[in-house]
Amino acid sequence: MTLLDVKGVNVVYEPSRGTRIWSVRDVDVELKQGEFAGLVGESGCGKSTLGFALTRMLRAPARLENGVIRFDGVDVASLTGEALRRQRRNGFAIVLQSGMNALNPVRNVEHHFGDILKAHVRSGEHYPAAAVRRRGAELLGKVGLEAGVLGKFPFELSGGMRQRVSIAMALALEPRMIVFDEPTTALDVIVQKAVMKTIQDLQRDNQFSAILISHDLGIVLEATNRVMVMYAGRIVEDQPSKELVGGLHHPYTEALLRCYADPRAEEIHLAGIPGTPPDLSLPQSGCSFAPRCPLVQDICWKVDPPLAPLGHGLAACHVRAPSDKVPGAKAVAAKVAASKVAAT
Amino acid sequence: MTQMPNGQSAQGKASSVPPVVIDGVSKIYRLRGRGSGTFTAVDNVSFTIPPGSAIGLVGASGSGKSTLAKMITGSERPTSGSIKFGDLAVENLSSSELRKYHGRAQMVFQDPYAALNPLHTVAYTVTRPLQNFLGMSAAQARDRVLELLETVGLTPPSQYAGKLPHQLSGGQRQRVVIARALACDPELVVADEPVSMLDVSLRAGVLKLLADLRAKRGLSLLYITHDLLGARVISDEILVLHQGKVVEQGPTKYVLQHPKHEYTMQLLDAVATPFAAVSAGPNH
Repeated sequence: MTLLDVKGVNVVYEPSRGTRIWSVRDVDVELKQGEFAGLVGESGCGKSTLGFALTRMLRAPARLENGVIRFDGVDVASLTGEALRRQRRNGFAIVLQSGMNALNPVRNVEHHFGDILKAHVRSGEHYPAAAVRRRGAELLGKVGLEAGVLGKFPFELSGGMRQRVSIAMALALEPRMIVFDEPTTALDVIVQKAVMKTIQDLQRDNQFSAILISHDLGIVLEATNRVMVMYAGRIVEDQPSKELVGGLHHPYTEALLRCYADPRAEEIHLAGIPGTPPDLSLPQSGCSFAPRCPLVQDICWKVDPPLAPLGHGLAACHVRAPSDKVPGAKAVAAKVAASKVAAT
Repeated sequence: MTQMPNGQSAQGKASSVPPVVIDGVSKIYRLRGRGSGTFTAVDNVSFTIPPGSAIGLVGASGSGKSTLAKMITGSERPTSGSIKFGDLAVENLSSSELRKYHGRAQMVFQDPYAALNPLHTVAYTVTRPLQNFLGMSAAQARDRVLELLETVGLTPPSQYAGKLPHQLSGGQRQRVVIARALACDPELVVADEPVSMLDVSLRAGVLKLLADLRAKRGLSLLYITHDLLGARVISDEILVLHQGKVVEQGPTKYVLQHPKHEYTMQLLDAVATPFAAVSAGPNH
């Protein structure tokens, strides 16, 4: 069953002075109930902005320009005020990158749970302190923390524990979708591994849909069923996670993959990705990755490639996934393939 | 004015770079407040950084690696033990001697967002050590700044010189931090998690830069990290620090392929499995 159906979402940053930046451009996403998808890309590619758009967290100067965000049949893009607030109950939640610093330093953990639970009681209901404590302890248990943490203040907890508390808070209203925005980036590698394991276990046990936003393809591949690769505000590849290592992909995905290696390997060649992402305040013509792409062809500078079938998923690349909708793309792809064969 | 070489003779100075000898160094912090006890951040650590070599110092948060870095660069004093930079006893330097020492030993910090003054242009940031340590005039420094920016891959340098930190990406900022550290032509660079705040896609570039600079300039490098891949790419030898103690030490590749200590294994275990499965990296 499709839980989230996003069509043609555009987000623009409109500062009162200065230039407009098109951060998310014509993004379509479909997410099934219980699906765990990853969203990867470099800083500034719009992945967090998209996550914020999906959970209706955008604040000025960012603005949802157009697009439909259908969550369980309701177009949440058009909801405002009280209706949006109601939608958040049993709806969607977000765990922020700096979630570990998002806690109020002068309030204990119990108070944070109380805030959420009391803010979302249905009219006529009452959430007594004992019930907050009980529910808080239960939620902390889910993320592997003891009930004693309820009485602690944020400064008494480690970074990993604080991030676990913010995950527990996201679970408080039993959301059907959680967006995790770089939930482990600020953590030590070993703590990161443990927190990711907790997130995976929670997702599996509770069957909520989840989107994991990260610049670290390694973490995403390990945790998710499906990976969406984002570049310059667009989704350029969408594949099952287990299909991503190996095979042909969007050149950007391939470049990302070349940033990894096993430190135990005999020989290591880390390539990195030369060049920088495009300036999104300027109009984009053709494929945004063209200036950094090793496979670039004439057509890439002129026509922005649409998502087309590649392997077990989709990719937006004239060379790797020529689309029927783009005249001449197939011929270019065939020519590139032929020249490769000739070269070998 | 200081007696530093004037920065022109960058190449082939490996012979003049002294070894760094860390001998039985401990740092014990006294805890304040209730139950005043002590906390041993670094516990009897000894190792040597041979001239022109790169040592990787690996450990989790709280393992004492940053404390060790601060002691080596002289911003903290060890509770016991000695740190020798050639003939220089780093642990006993007076503040004026320390200032001179900083012309020879520089640090690259973890957070490029915090390490640069937001109100200073790139050119100003890189000019300061040239003026302070090498005694250059502003006019002399101008060309050198452009050269340094070019060295760290900020090309064309004239385009970057006038920029403020907020106009740069994280990777570009870290390159500015590295250019600043290199400006006074140091013999030792201590890099404290220089890539952990950067995107994975930018890490390779900065790591490559550090490796190249070390090879070209013959400087010694202490590379502090919890990322084993970075340690593998950069360092000849690796030290694993756990709760203030060195628990494992040896040639980087050997230690990673034959880990003995449980903590080293945990670190290796944290490597994402999709890439651990294909041991030679993705098939390209």
